Parts: sequence; C-alpha cells; structure tokens
Amino acid sequence: MPVKKEKHKMPTQDPKKRATNFNEVELGYDEKTAIEEAKRCLHCVNKPCVSGCPVNIEIPSFVKFISEGDFASAIKKIREKSDLPAVCGRVCPYENQCEGVCTLKKMGEPLAIGKLERFASDYERKHGFKCDLPRPTGKKVAVVGSGPSGLTCAGDLAKMGHSVHIFEALHDGGGVLTYGIPEFRLPKEIVKTEISCIKSLGVEIEYDVVVGKTVTIDELREEFDAVFIGTGAGLPSWMGIPGENLNGVYSANEFLTRVNFMKAYKFPEYSTPVRVGKIVVTVGAGNVAVDCARTALRLGAKKSIIAYRRSEKEAPARIEEIHHAKEEGIEFKFLTQPMKIIGNGDGEVKGVECVKMRLGEPDNSGRRRPIPIEGSTLTIDADTVIVAIGEKPNPVLTENTNGLKITKKGTIEADENGKTSLKGVFAGGDITTGAATVILAMGAGKKAGKAIDEYLKSK
Amino acid sequence: MYKIVKREVLIEGDTELMEVYAPRIAKRINAGNFIMLRISEKGEKIPMSIFDYDRKKGTVTIIFKIIGKTTKELSCLKEGDSLLNFLGPLGKSTDIEKFGTVVCIGGGIGTVPFNPICRDLKKAGNKVISILGARNKDLLILEKEIGNHSNELYIATDDGTKGQKGFVTDVLKKLIDDGVKIDRVIAIGPIIMMKFVSQMTKPYGIKTIVSLNPIMVDGTGMCGCCRLTIGNETKFGCVDGPDFDGHLVDFDNLMLRNNRFLAEEKEASEHGGGECACKKGKA
Ligand SMILES: Cc1cc2nc3c(=O)[nH]c(=O)nc-3n(C[C@H](O)[C@H](O)[C@H](O)COP(=O)(O)OP(=O)(O)OC[C@H]3O[C@@H](n4cnc5c(N)ncnc54)[C@H](O)[C@@H]3O)c2cc1C
Ligand SMILES: Cc1cc2nc3c(=O)[nH]c(=O)nc-3n(C[C@H](O)[C@H](O)[C@H](O)COP(=O)(O)OP(=O)(O)OC[C@H]3O[C@@H](n4cnc5c(N)ncnc54)[C@H](O)[C@@H]3O)c2cc1C
Ligand code: SF4
Ligand code: SF4
Ligand code: FES
Repeated sequence: MPVKKEKHKMPTQDPKKRATNFNEVELGYDEKTAIEEAKRCLHCVNKPCVSGCPVNIEIPSFVKFISEGDFASAIKKIREKSDLPAVCGRVCPYENQCEGVCTLKKMGEPLAIGKLERFASDYERKHGFKCDLPRPTGKKVAVVGSGPSGLTCAGDLAKMGHSVHIFEALHDGGGVLTYGIPEFRLPKEIVKTEISCIKSLGVEIEYDVVVGKTVTIDELREEFDAVFIGTGAGLPSWMGIPGENLNGVYSANEFLTRVNFMKAYKFPEYSTPVRVGKIVVTVGAGNVAVDCARTALRLGAKKSIIAYRRSEKEAPARIEEIHHAKEEGIEFKFLTQPMKIIGNGDGEVKGVECVKMRLGEPDNSGRRRPIPIEGSTLTIDADTVIVAIGEKPNPVLTENTNGLKITKKGTIEADENGKTSLKGVFAGGDITTGAATVILAMGAGKKAGKAIDEYLKSK
Repeated sequence: MYKIVKREVLIEGDTELMEVYAPRIAKRINAGNFIMLRISEKGEKIPMSIFDYDRKKGTVTIIFKIIGKTTKELSCLKEGDSLLNFLGPLGKSTDIEKFGTVVCIGGGIGTVPFNPICRDLKKAGNKVISILGARNKDLLILEKEIGNHSNELYIATDDGTKGQKGFVTDVLKKLIDDGVKIDRVIAIGPIIMMKFVSQMTKPYGIKTIVSLNPIMVDGTGMCGCCRLTIGNETKFGCVDGPDFDGHLVDFDNLMLRNNRFLAEEKEASEHGGGECACKKGKA
C-alpha cells in the first residue's frame, strides 16, 4: 500500500463555536487514527527527525510502538528524553524542528510527530504515570523558575538521584506555559499533570519566592550544592510610541496574565478584572501576539486585528496558529506599523495611527527589512491595544546577584552546557537565549542537568 | 500558606492591622518595601506596604484600609486563618542616609509605611519632622507610633477636629515660610496630596520622594501593568519604585491609570465582596 501523502487530519472544535469559548481547539487523534498515522513513518536509517528535535526524542522508536498499539511503551520511550510530552506535542514549532527535516516531506507532508507525541501523552494521562527512582546521592540542587527549562532540569536531576528544590516567584508553576499560553491551546490541567509527574520524582516546588529579593543566589549557593537559573524572558518590550500609557493599552504579558493566570475570563467569579472593548488591535505576529488576538476574540471583542510590520511569510508564529486564527475570524493587517496610539481626550484609547510598509533587503535577522511607505498613514479605530512585540529578560535576579556576568541584552552569559561565571551556578532557557521556544528551553535544561550532575560528581 | 498571627481593628469597619508569619520575607524586608498577597484561589493579588517586621519571630505586619472586594474579604479573616500567597519583599527600599532634616508627610493610609521609614531615618541621625493628615480625628491613625520616631509631630485634619484645620500642605508651607531648613521631604498618601506636596517643594529645590501606588498584577516586573510616567520615561512601579522623585512624576497619568477598572471593581465588590458570613470573626 502506498504511503499516504498527507498527515491525518487533526479534529478541531468548530471555528465559530470555539471563538466564544476557552476549550482546547485541537481535539487529539483517536487510537485508530494515531496507529494509521504512525504507520506512515519510513523508519529512516539516518533518522533526521531525531537530530531535528532539540531533546533528541527517539522518534522512529516511539512511533513504531504507536503503530503496534503499544502506547505505554511509546510514552516510556518519549519520557526517556522529555518530561513535558503533553506540552511539546501541543506547542512545539515542529514544522521548523523534527517535522521540518522528516524524509516524508519530500513526498508530501511530514509525519505528524507532534500530534503523535501528544497522543501518547494523552494516553498516559488517562492511564497513569510511573517512574522508578534511583538511590539518593545526598546532593542538593536549587532550581530558580518553574518554566520548561527549570522543570526539565529538575526532573533530570531528580532521575539522577539528586534532591531538587524549585523556587518560583509566581503562585503557580509552569512559567509561560501557565501564565502565557492560553487555555484553548494548552489546557492548564495538562501543565498541572506534567508538573505533578515531576513532583512525583521527589522534586519540591516553593512558590512566592522571588530569587534576588526573597532569597539571594549567594544564600542558595550556601544552602545547595549547585544552582540552576531558568527565569525566562518575562519583561515586556514597548514600541516607544506616543500614547502607550493610555488606558486600554496592555502589554501581552499583562493581558495574558490577567486572563490565563488570574482567570479574568471567569470574572467576577475570579476577582481580577480585564477590559477588552469592541475593537482590539494586537501589535506583532509571534505566538504571543496570535494568542492575545484569539483571547480577545473569546472575551467578546467584535473585531480582533493583528497589525504586523512585515508580511505573513516573516510572521514568527506557528503556521498552525495563524491558520486557526484566520479560521476564527482574526483580521491580519500585514505590512502595517503603528506610529501612535490616539486617545479620546479622557485618557482612553480611540485608535491607532499606522503607516504602511514595504519590504526591502534582508536585515541581520535574515528577514526582509520593512520600510515605511511615505504618505501611507492610516488610522484603525480601536478601544484596546495589546503590545506583543517581544520579551526581554527580567532583571530582578541578575541585578541583585554579585559576580553573575550578563550580556548587553541582559541575558545571563553561559556556555553551551549552561555554566555561568559563578562556580556551581548554571543557567538556561530564555534567560540565556532571549525569548525562544519551549523545546529549546527544555533542551537547555537537559544539558545543564547533565553538566550539574558532572559538576556534583567532581566536587 | 501564611498564617495570620495577630489581627486588630484600628478603626471599626475601616482600617485593620494584620501580622503574618512569613519568615523568609521578615528576614530581608526593609523600610519602603512592599508585599503582595492573595487570600484564596479566586482572589486578586494586591500590594500592601509594610508597617513593621519582626525578624526573630518571622512576622510581617500590614495595615489596610477596607475599600473594595479584596480588602473587604481580608477584613473577614481571623487570627489563625491563613493567606494563600504572601510575596516579597518587593520594590526598592527607601533611601535612608543622614540627610539632615527630613519632613515626613503621611496622608490617610499612606501613613503606614512611615513607621519603619521614620524609625530608620531617626536611627541614621536625621531630625525627623512628621506631618500626619486625615479627614477627621476618627480617621487619624498611628499618631503614637510615628510620634515616637519623630522629633516633631504635626497633625492636620480637614475639619479641624484634631490638630490644625486644613491640609498637610498648609503645615509644610508654614515650616518653609518659618525658614526651617528642610533637606528632604517624603510624602506618601493620596495621589493628589503627593502632587501638591511636590508642587510646593519644587520652587525651593527641596528633594521630594513620593511612594506611588499604581495597580499591580504580579509585582515582579513581568506585566508592565504598574507603569508610570516619570520625567518622560516609562518606569515600573513594582521594581523601579515604589519611591520616585516627586518632581518628575506625572501624577495625572497615574490618577487616570488607577481608574482603569472602576466599573469592574464596583462589579466585583457587588459580586460577593464583603458578604462572606464573617462578622463572627470581628473583634
Ligand atoms: C504567550 C506565549 C506563547 C508562546 N507560545 C509558544 C509556542 O506555541 N511554542 C513554543 O515553543 N514556545 C512558545 N512560547 C515561548 C516559550 O513559552 C518560552 O520560550 C519558554 O516558556 C521559555 O522557558 P523558560 O523555562 O526559559 O522560561 P519561562 O517559561 O519564562 O519560566 C520562567 C519562570 O521563572 C520564574 N521566575 C522569573 N524570575 C524569577 C525569580 N527572580 N525568582 C523565582 N522565579 C522567577 C517565572 O515566574 C517563570 O515561572 C510562547 C511564549 C508566550 C509568552
Ligand atoms: C506599593 C503599594 C503599597 C500599598 N500599600 C497599602 C497599604 O499599606 N495599605 C492599604 O490599605 N493599601 C495599600 N495599597 C493600596 C491597596 O493595594 C489597594 O487598596 C487594594 O488593592 C484595593 O483592593 P480592593 O479589591 O479592596 O479594592 P478595588 O475595589 O479593587 O480597588 C480600589 C482601588 O484600589 C486600587 N487597586 C485596585 N486593585 C489594585 C491592585 N491590584 N494593585 C494596586 N492597587 C489596586 C485602585 O486604585 C482602585 O481604584 C498599596 C498599593 C501599592 C501599589
Ligand atoms: S519535542 Fe518537539 S521537536 Fe521534539 S519530537 Fe516532540 S514535537 Fe518534535
Ligand atoms: S524522518 Fe520522518 S519518516 Fe523518517 S524516521 Fe523520522 S519521522 Fe519517520
Ligand atoms: S505589577 Fe506587573 S510589572 Fe509591576
């Protein structure tokens, strides 16, 4: 039988219906579809997919188990390399990673690796998580931040027998997975289950601790044998245009934190408010921006518009999310750059003045540079503006830590294994790279975990 | 969970004190820092200044005014109950040095942080002149505590039921007119009060510090909700402040931003705020 050229379709909630609720958009493969999809794999000898995955999941092996209906072995195989399969299966930009190099792509669509990974993890959540614990080494490691990098590093160290204590500034774990990525893309129950799996390895998480404020890195270095810093890139960037401090202008972080983390979408049952208005303009076209625009729609905006200064081709969001957003009715205004947020005289947003752009030569990011077209000013009516043009590293920890070298961009200086300028202190994830992806943060957590283990053994 | 070890009503139905067991914070907190607390899973996280701390006992004391849903719910808790979250010490602590003569102006609930501030200023060898303001004598708080840490204490009430009739700015004006050499002013209270104090001291070139209270979500510099316009720059109240140079603050922008959620706050308050069958716990 010839191999099917396309991926098996992922069932989704109807776009019209889902634009009004926060339930998950994608519904997941059933067993039969998963097995059929898994059978598409060619089991290439050189396994390009495995090197395409930042944590090197043994893709052909776990896929083979799925094709044989042995789902328990499939998830066990994935767990050898990843502690957050349910998360990655949902939010990994796999089109640029494992699937981007899949041999099947030459003949049509790649294997739906992400969706199969998600399938295996969903199976596990229904049937329970099991893990054997090694003998304790007696060494103690502090992990700062409970995002994907911190959780991965903690999980790996625990599996090596070290005792791990995570310190988290917020009142819940998961980092961006919890406060940033919305419920309809990554249900919080799933993040919770993944975290409880990691806790079942003996990892402790202490909330409400801002390292640098509540405790210092120096104190942690005294109490623990090693420290991992995975504090992410949680500082909103602003455009620096007039009107940004008007009422009705949110940073993506504020908007998403209010809605996802403080559950403002259930206001007033939950006490934190959010005000959305009728027309919402979100600036930017990364995952963050698309999440904001889709969230605004679900909160009742009549119109939710994305303004982006480059074209669709350059948009950094996952292709799938842009596709879903369009289906839901998000309006994309490409090659449109906001110049000024206009107030109504009472301090509230009334509109956004923009200028049209054209694309010039590639800039140092490799993407074509947007250039304003003279005389092309246009005004978009709006009562809410969400600025989603990127995040920088939050300086609270670095500012309050002596001897920790940081770069000009504010990221922590670390080598490829996460080693920083302080002995016994490692770092990884967005705090070393700047805002990136879940799987890269996990990869960094993994490498650092290995390096910490080696460091502890040599000590 | 953070246990409430002491609770005291300072003004019935209006202002209460709460001592909370939070040893990590107690160990590191200083004058001018604040904390953020959340009562329960569905609650909002709100910022509070510190009134006092006991490093040995591991406790932090706050004083709050009951104004909306969360503070009403807070007033329903009893000794022995716990808060779900208690985060800190947040913000930069107040600059304490030997300045010379420092005038500390507290309006209403803004008086609270002056307990540690005046204490530390005095310890550092300053002459501390305190001016406390309230609408009337029943709403005046902490007269004794602040008095203990001050070399001179003045009171101003809007209706003249205690101290001088008028505003704290009237007292400050008189000190300036009398030729008192003032090296620094610290003003904490209603935005409008801080604005007028800053306007008054500016022509005299008296360095004036104000402690601002923007709406906050996380308190750790992550969301930008608390942003302020300070001398044409955008700053985050929770990490760059709460103390700022009063002569640089755009008070009007702060006033505007603090009214962002008026309608929602009213709705929240009507949605069960303060209706917790709680009065039993009241002292
Ligand atoms: C809205 C949104 C959507 C995204 N969508 C995707 C997607 O679809 N796919 C994808 O791959 N990536 C996506 N990303 C990016 C991805 O989430 C991040 O790259 C990833 O979470 C980084 O992980 P991290 O562990 O480095 O940091 P984070 O996830 O940022 O976690 C850092 C943690 O450290 C805590 N912390 C910070 N400072 C301190 C301190 N001083 N003390 C104690 N704790 C501290 C923070 O509270 C946080 O919990 C998205 C990001 C956002 C914001
Ligand atoms: C640094 C700082 C220190 C403070 N110290 C004290 C103190 O020592 N004692 C005290 O009684 N109050 C203090 N406040 C104010 C206190 O946080 C608010 O009174 C409280 O949040 C009101 O919540 P609510 O639900 O009861 O009222 P709401 O009805 O929700 O709000 C009433 C008003 O309080 C302000 N407010 C509401 N939500 C927030 C929020 N999340 N963050 C900040 N302000 C908000 C707004 O101006 C609003 O209009 C401080 C605020 C800041 C920023
Ligand atoms: S973790 Fe991401 S990159 Fe790795 S196999 Fe899964 S989807 Fe692909
Ligand atoms: S590259 Fe694609 S087809 Fe080949 S083994 Fe990997 S997943 Fe299977
Ligand atoms: S409260 Fe979120 S940045 Fe200050």
